[in-house]
Amino acid sequence: MRLENAKASLAPEVATPPVRAVAARPRASAATAARAAGLVALVAVACLLPFELSDYRTFQFTQVFIYAIALLGLNMLTGYNGQISLGHGAFYAIGAYTTAIMIDRWGVPYGWTIPVAGLVCLLAGFLFGIPALRLEGLYLALATFALALATPQILKHFDGWTGGSQGIVLSKPSPPAGLPLSPDRWLYFLSLGLLLLLFLLGWNLLRGRTGRALVAIRDNPIAAEAMGVNAALYKSLTFGVSAAYTGIAGALGALAIAFVAPDTFNVFLSITFLVGIVVGGLASIAGAVFGALFIQFVPNWAQAISKAAPWAIYGVFLIGFMYVMPRGIAGALRLLGRRLARATESRPG
Amino acid sequence: MRYTTLVLAGALTLALGGPTARALAADPGLTATEVKIGNTNPYSGPASSYGTIGKAIAAYFRMVNDEGGINGRKLNFVSLDDGYAPPKTVEMARQLLEQEQVLFLFQTLGTPTNTAIWKYMNDQHVPHLFVATGATKWGDPKGHPWTMGWQPTYQAEAHIYAEYILKHLPNAKIGILYQNDDYGKDYLKGFKDGLGPDGQKMIVSEQTYEVTDPTVDSQIVNLKESGADVFFNITIPKFAAQAIRRAFDIGWKPTQFLNNVSASIGAALKPAGLEASKGVITALYLKDPDDPDWRDDPGMKAWRVWMQKYYPAGNLHDVNNVYGYSTAQTLVHVLRQCGPELSRATVMRQAANIKDLSLPLLLPGIKINTSPTDFYPIEQEQLARFDGERWVRFGPLFDASRHPSM
Repeated sequence: MRLENAKASLAPEVATPPVRAVAARPRASAATAARAAGLVALVAVACLLPFELSDYRTFQFTQVFIYAIALLGLNMLTGYNGQISLGHGAFYAIGAYTTAIMIDRWGVPYGWTIPVAGLVCLLAGFLFGIPALRLEGLYLALATFALALATPQILKHFDGWTGGSQGIVLSKPSPPAGLPLSPDRWLYFLSLGLLLLLFLLGWNLLRGRTGRALVAIRDNPIAAEAMGVNAALYKSLTFGVSAAYTGIAGALGALAIAFVAPDTFNVFLSITFLVGIVVGGLASIAGAVFGALFIQFVPNWAQAISKAAPWAIYGVFLIGFMYVMPRGIAGALRLLGRRLARATESRPG
Repeated sequence: MRYTTLVLAGALTLALGGPTARALAADPGLTATEVKIGNTNPYSGPASSYGTIGKAIAAYFRMVNDEGGINGRKLNFVSLDDGYAPPKTVEMARQLLEQEQVLFLFQTLGTPTNTAIWKYMNDQHVPHLFVATGATKWGDPKGHPWTMGWQPTYQAEAHIYAEYILKHLPNAKIGILYQNDDYGKDYLKGFKDGLGPDGQKMIVSEQTYEVTDPTVDSQIVNLKESGADVFFNITIPKFAAQAIRRAFDIGWKPTQFLNNVSASIGAALKPAGLEASKGVITALYLKDPDDPDWRDDPGMKAWRVWMQKYYPAGNLHDVNNVYGYSTAQTLVHVLRQCGPELSRATVMRQAANIKDLSLPLLLPGIKINTSPTDFYPIEQEQLARFDGERWVRFGPLFDASRHPSM
């Protein structure tokens, strides 16, 4: 029964993209143009932002971008494909440690470590995805939860590589020669650039055939297989790609914090990611950014409101958001946009 | 002669643009009436039981402010929750330095959390004072001249046991059980250094456990079979209790040394059984509020009065509140010693210039000493033996600073 609930909560989101794709065709070009213009404006604002903000705020927004990449990865798996993961902190850790070990042990320039972290996590995610095929819904959630629980201990066990519980201290990456940027601004632009690239790739992947296949597997795996979708392959590939996104985020996180330690990557991190995609909006690309803003800033606000019970305040925020916007921030905005469109449509003229 | 030096110094100062004057103008967190001090503590998360330290410090500073502050300046203590998560500590440290504009950080808590901001603080040239962790690495004036610990380090404590064994148990056969991580290895290193190359031959067995292990029963059996008659128990309270109990049950009766980490009677010795724990030796440096020796001690009485007035919600049995109170007193001493001319550089200079400071809640005779080459404030501890009810201190104060390797 619980399982049904979990599925049901994911289900309503599903039907929207294909339906809209057909029904809104005549007005699609105008809407797309407006959306593209909005996006360009947003990117322009994002590019100017660090020159207006202090280094500290710039650093906070860098973290938002990093979380957004991780959340998009998790959203592919959980939001689009319906596989609940409570263990994405583990892939974030693998990405972070790949970068840290490559820089610390082998002196590899940090730029190379980011794609390698992505590849390592792609493989790790794919391999974890294969046994996960046998697990559905809450059972998969439990298996990934175990992964999250085990991560700090596994990292401590291989202390020859990971530096044990002391972790590995890194230097903040300096900008390439000739770029007149402070290290904080450079990291900001690096994260922003990767965010845009990965979002473009994700959008490309999710809006077409592959995206439809993922959603179909989530909503009715038997029907999807009957339509010729190779569910096993798609599911494990999704796991891999999702892990790769999260791993790249982990690599950037290690660079931004300039330190990795096992206890950073505990269960709480994985749950924070899940909170992020649910608050941001399941099965929504933009939702990843909203979710990232939430998990970055709301705990700080909560602490500013009450030092005695920050997590109680956080809980109130969380319940408030879920009550007002049950489909996440992205879902609420979509609904608002549709209402506005309907209002202008029904007006004569 | 003295006059010339003075003139020379004056000329140099002018030539350099007056470092003190410039520092005063440049360093944030400072006004004529206030000095802003930053801190991170785990008010939430797995280590939140330590959060009381931050609250005790804040309460102590409230008292200092009620009494007029230091050199006319009130202490504005900004303490943020990092949940014991290193990335959060980085963010909070940056918030404290860059948004709140504090003069320095004080008593940031935890080994991984402080490691995360270690380099940052030193790159920024901001004092990172009296960090609340027992790791040995904080005393590194050459590599990290802006960071300093406070409490005795794990290595210093282990030195003391080694020194005692060399002196009183010269024919010992030593068995060691340690947690297989940095904490355990820090103790082990200090112990072996303390024994020296010859003394190390006394070690007949080294056993380890992982913090995830269910029990240490088999390790204790191995230690017994090795013929050891001295047992150095480097474990956290849960395993300390198991080890003491198991040794008692299988009839192994070595002289037992228990690390201060597990010196809590409630968390380690009671679960092991008070009878089984009789005779266990540890090292202490703070006065325990539950120790009847201090019932009428003026320092302890003043602490109780202060607790009731400024921190009534705090636990009167929790030695962490003694710890916070004492660290705050150390900082107040440093700030008074700085005089009215505060700056980041002077704070660090005076932190490294503490001479024979005794505090009311340190064990009698313990003195805090630092110098530009000695960043280990407390290095003395006294051994104590458990008599079945409480720790009974015995013997002289041991001083780990006399060892060249420290």
